Amino acid sequence: MTALAPVLTGVRGAGRRYLPVLATLALLAVMYTTGAVRYEAFGHPQVLLNLFIDNAFLLVVAVGMTFVLLTGGIDLSVGAMLALSTMISAWLVTVHGWPPALVIPLVLAVGALAGAGMGAIVHYFEVQPFIVTLAGMFLARGLCHLISIDSISITDPVYTDLAQTRVWLGEDLFVSVSMLIALAVVAVAFVVLHYTRFGRGVYAVGGGEQPALMMGLPVARTKIAVYAISGLCSALGGVLFTFYMLSGYSLHAVGTELDAIAAVVIGGTLLTGGSGFVLGTVLGVLVLGVIQTIVNFQGDLNSWWTKIVVGALLLAFIVLQRAIGRRRT
Amino acid sequence: MNLLRHRLFWPAAVLLVLIGVNTAVTPGFLDIRTQDGHLYGSLIDIVRFGAPLILISLGMTLVIATGGIDLSVGSVVAIAGALACLRITGQSDQAETLGVLAAVGVALALTAVLGAWNGVLVARFGIQPIVATLILMVAGRGVAQLITEGQIITVNSPPYKLIGGGYWLSLPLSVIIAAGVFALIALLTRRTALGMLLEAVGGNPTAARLTGVRARGLVITVYVVCALCAGVAGLMISSNVSAADGNNAGLWIELDAILAVVIGGTALTGGRFHLTGTVLGALIIQTLATTIYTVGVPPQTTLLFKAVVVMAVCLIQSPRLRARLRGRRAPRTTPATADRTEPSLETPA
Repeated sequence: MTALAPVLTGVRGAGRRYLPVLATLALLAVMYTTGAVRYEAFGHPQVLLNLFIDNAFLLVVAVGMTFVLLTGGIDLSVGAMLALSTMISAWLVTVHGWPPALVIPLVLAVGALAGAGMGAIVHYFEVQPFIVTLAGMFLARGLCHLISIDSISITDPVYTDLAQTRVWLGEDLFVSVSMLIALAVVAVAFVVLHYTRFGRGVYAVGGGEQPALMMGLPVARTKIAVYAISGLCSALGGVLFTFYMLSGYSLHAVGTELDAIAAVVIGGTLLTGGSGFVLGTVLGVLVLGVIQTIVNFQGDLNSWWTKIVVGALLLAFIVLQRAIGRRRT
Repeated sequence: MNLLRHRLFWPAAVLLVLIGVNTAVTPGFLDIRTQDGHLYGSLIDIVRFGAPLILISLGMTLVIATGGIDLSVGSVVAIAGALACLRITGQSDQAETLGVLAAVGVALALTAVLGAWNGVLVARFGIQPIVATLILMVAGRGVAQLITEGQIITVNSPPYKLIGGGYWLSLPLSVIIAAGVFALIALLTRRTALGMLLEAVGGNPTAARLTGVRARGLVITVYVVCALCAGVAGLMISSNVSAADGNNAGLWIELDAILAVVIGGTALTGGRFHLTGTVLGALIIQTLATTIYTVGVPPQTTLLFKAVVVMAVCLIQSPRLRARLRGRRAPRTTPATADRTEPSLETPA
């Protein structure tokens, strides 16, 4: 940290806001180049596209998490909400034969409502966000168990088609439907955060709730809305996950909450709220994806190493944030 | 009226009601009999299987008293069990007492290091406790998996089995250990100034530091104690089944522990703690699990039930809700609570 100090004093004014994002970009470039040099097939453009395809669900969840972290809150329930959406989808489609056109909007509505509920408890009763969303996490996993202990597979043609459809970009390059949906979510989130009144409100609440209230901003609405957005994104992440796994299971996506938080933090959003970018979150997700890909390409590494490396990176970026924050005050 | 006001009244009442329900459903529930000089019975089972949770909750109480939280206890439980079992399987004679003691010592030393890691992140780097311990919560599962190489390690070691399943003076050894830790912590915090200092740090870190309390050292110590408690609990859990499972050992025990602390009357904002309440809270959770089995409700609902209870207790503790119920406007934020939301242990620039 002390070694960083002279570098930081050199970066002045607005430029400092972008420092974590630039660090992430540099990290991503270094990791990608290392991978491309070390492993023969790594440099193929499809590997890059696969990063988006395999992490489409995480990208959507992380975008939702970005909104919550920007207001200075935290949402630990995202992984469980994702699992609950896969479970509800699989249960309704496979066991009860409901049409997917009905199930998917229903699942999204459940996610948004659950999020809004948690947001309301956080705001109106001033219970800490982490305990509310931790309870939400257990509630959602508990509901999964209630539906079924075992995994339910989905064989509905709509799901299998969506899972297998490849949109060809050229001779040997393709993208998936999930990836296109995820990118659309990123685009919408970018516009909402940077070009709407609501987006400015999110940053203002994160900067300080009391000042935001005094400026006459709708603090209650904003805080509840960000949790609702996070719930909606987790549910959508769950829908994308069913396209990917074609099953509903109560133990799907255990630990996604850390991955999402890690992606957002590595992408340059301050955990204290008020500063960060959606596009940074995309970079964060890509960093996690590259780590996973390198572990896969290496072959002789245990997949548990991924968890440990992600934990270590998260730590490094939090410490970097503290260093920048200290300079600023 | 005075009895109703006592802070242990509600936890004790809930515990008695749960035991009452059990007695009504299973007639022999209260029976305690001796067999081969050991005490047996449903009540003894509750205390015996509840011992790990009691230990973790005691550690968690201290962390919460300083305004922190430790989400990594479940991972620490898994790591402690995994390392001890790995060391024991590496011995030529698994029944050798000295070797088992060494394994236990190594496991506990590692958990102390993990606790110090959490404490340093929180106290020195000023990272929010939730996030600091979340890192170990997830990375720790990876470490536990790495130790067990993804397998379930089974051991066949009578001395190790004693920790979770042994008896001494006709009482289960795990209960004696939990009681000993409780007595030690109670003595250290309530018979010396230590407890007051912890409450001072939790109540207002800045004020505590200005009055000369060494907040950083205290916070680090508290996380070490919490991790050690989780480590001992991890040894009990793995010793009880003579196996270490990196994936499932101590899974979701952090919510149980937080729940026990909150039921016991310790507020999550820190500044106050009640050790006896925590023990009652842990016993309530264990009795609840037993009740769910005896009454015949599917055990999968346990998770659901606990989530509802923790939410309800948090809402009851919420000052805003209390004020609303009394029908007057709640104060927005008093200076004291405003300070608490942003615990800062840094020295001013």
